[in-house]
Amino acid sequence: MVSSVDQGSQQKVVPLRHPGNWVATAIVLLLVAAVLYSVATNPAFEWPVVGQYIFDPQILAGLSRTLELTVAAMVIGLVLGTILALFRLSRNRLLSTISWVYIWFFRSVPVLVQLIFWYNFGALYSNISLHVPFGRTLFSVDTNTLITPLFAALAGLGLSQAAYTAEVIRAGIVSVPAGQNRAALALGMRRMMIYRRIILPQAMKVIIPPVGNEVISMVKNTSLVSVLALAELLYTAQLIYSRTYQTIPLLIVASLWYLAIVSVLSVGQHFLERKFTSR
Amino acid sequence: MVEIRGLRKTYGTREVLRGINLNVATGRVLCVIGPSGSGKSTLLACINHLEPFDSGRLRVDGELVGYREHRGRLYELPERDVARMRQSIGMVFQQFNLFPHMTALQNIIEAPVRVKRVHPDQARKYALELLDRVGLADKQNNYPAQLSGGEQQRVAIARALAMQPKLMLFDEPTSALDPELVGDVLNVMKDLAGSGMTMIVVTHELGFAGEVADELVFMDDGLIVEQGDPRDILRAPKQPRTREFLSRVIRLQ
Repeated sequence: MVSSVDQGSQQKVVPLRHPGNWVATAIVLLLVAAVLYSVATNPAFEWPVVGQYIFDPQILAGLSRTLELTVAAMVIGLVLGTILALFRLSRNRLLSTISWVYIWFFRSVPVLVQLIFWYNFGALYSNISLHVPFGRTLFSVDTNTLITPLFAALAGLGLSQAAYTAEVIRAGIVSVPAGQNRAALALGMRRMMIYRRIILPQAMKVIIPPVGNEVISMVKNTSLVSVLALAELLYTAQLIYSRTYQTIPLLIVASLWYLAIVSVLSVGQHFLERKFTSR
Repeated sequence: MVEIRGLRKTYGTREVLRGINLNVATGRVLCVIGPSGSGKSTLLACINHLEPFDSGRLRVDGELVGYREHRGRLYELPERDVARMRQSIGMVFQQFNLFPHMTALQNIIEAPVRVKRVHPDQARKYALELLDRVGLADKQNNYPAQLSGGEQQRVAIARALAMQPKLMLFDEPTSALDPELVGDVLNVMKDLAGSGMTMIVVTHELGFAGEVADELVFMDDGLIVEQGDPRDILRAPKQPRTREFLSRVIRLQ
């Protein structure tokens, strides 16, 4: 007679083994080790140079310029994007068409092309002035003094960001059930108040995660501005290596900083998302 | 309180209201029944101008809602004036439509504080009274998602009452509820009717209509087919369409 405990252990199930997994893991570990070894020992990486420049004041100035550009371009994108989203949802056909055309245009032309275009705006209009029709000139300004590299950078990054943000915000607003609007109207609330107090707080849940992604993309997109000789992180690295010919280590310096910023932002985004999806 | 004359409305080519005449005196309760698509919810939405109409006259407390009349024509009023008129007309929806990002209490005080500029302390005090009245005094800090359907609908009624309306509109207030939760909501509405509130209730609850309503209207295809004392209509409908509808509804219930 076998005891019931023994019977129990006899009846225990043996799950399917996956020997292939172990083999694959071993192969991948070997490959990773090989790559790391070569990165650490290949003198062409010039790690001491990386260490020398990572906290270089010039690099740090470029880094802070990158962060400033990111914040400024996102603010332009969010403000203009919200306006565009409201235009797009407007009952006024002209406004919604204008918004549609804007979004179509700025999402279709590559940001790099837009940046160069803005930088060369002076070739199109050498002077920008405001006239009273058939009357005198209120003010006039030379385009080349108005459109500095910084202006061109913010125009290129901010205006195209607005097109993306507008779509994100529109999707958020549309995601709020129509009954919310009806209930607020029935209470005697007016449209602007309904947007502010009822619709936008609910739309945020849908808006925040993609906007977080857009901020991360923007950090990296600011490197495009290097073509305008604006001393952000990448262009600063380029300035240094054009002098010292230490191309690879300086690109590594820039990459490490991009990695650091994006990592911090990703953690922040994680918490924001948790906060906004908790209810 | 409510006077409707020759009200017509079309959606595209479909005429959903084809000439409605209706009076509701102050303090009376009117129940509207009818098949879906008969126009009863649209009629309700016209009364607080959530839906504009095409022709006719609609007055609440002697005032045209959403329009002004000039030389025999109606001109739609700007948003500000319409919003002001809506403040005194409460509405309760089939889907409750509570604001999910606010607690029960915040839902109730939002409009009094933001729209009527009532002092928050005073609004809160009145809101707690109202919550007590609908039997939810202990749920003031719950979010809508933490409340049952019946509780949400009672909060929604309290939210409408917080504006101290002179007229309450109910659009199938119990149709989205589980059967065992319907009673609590109907009891709150019964109390409200007893307190002298003027009410227009679109409903499928014939029992409630028979017990609480002063007048019953049966609508079909954009028209009022039969109108009168609810007990008479429910017991012995005169019109064949009313009879057919009632027999179908009663078989279901």
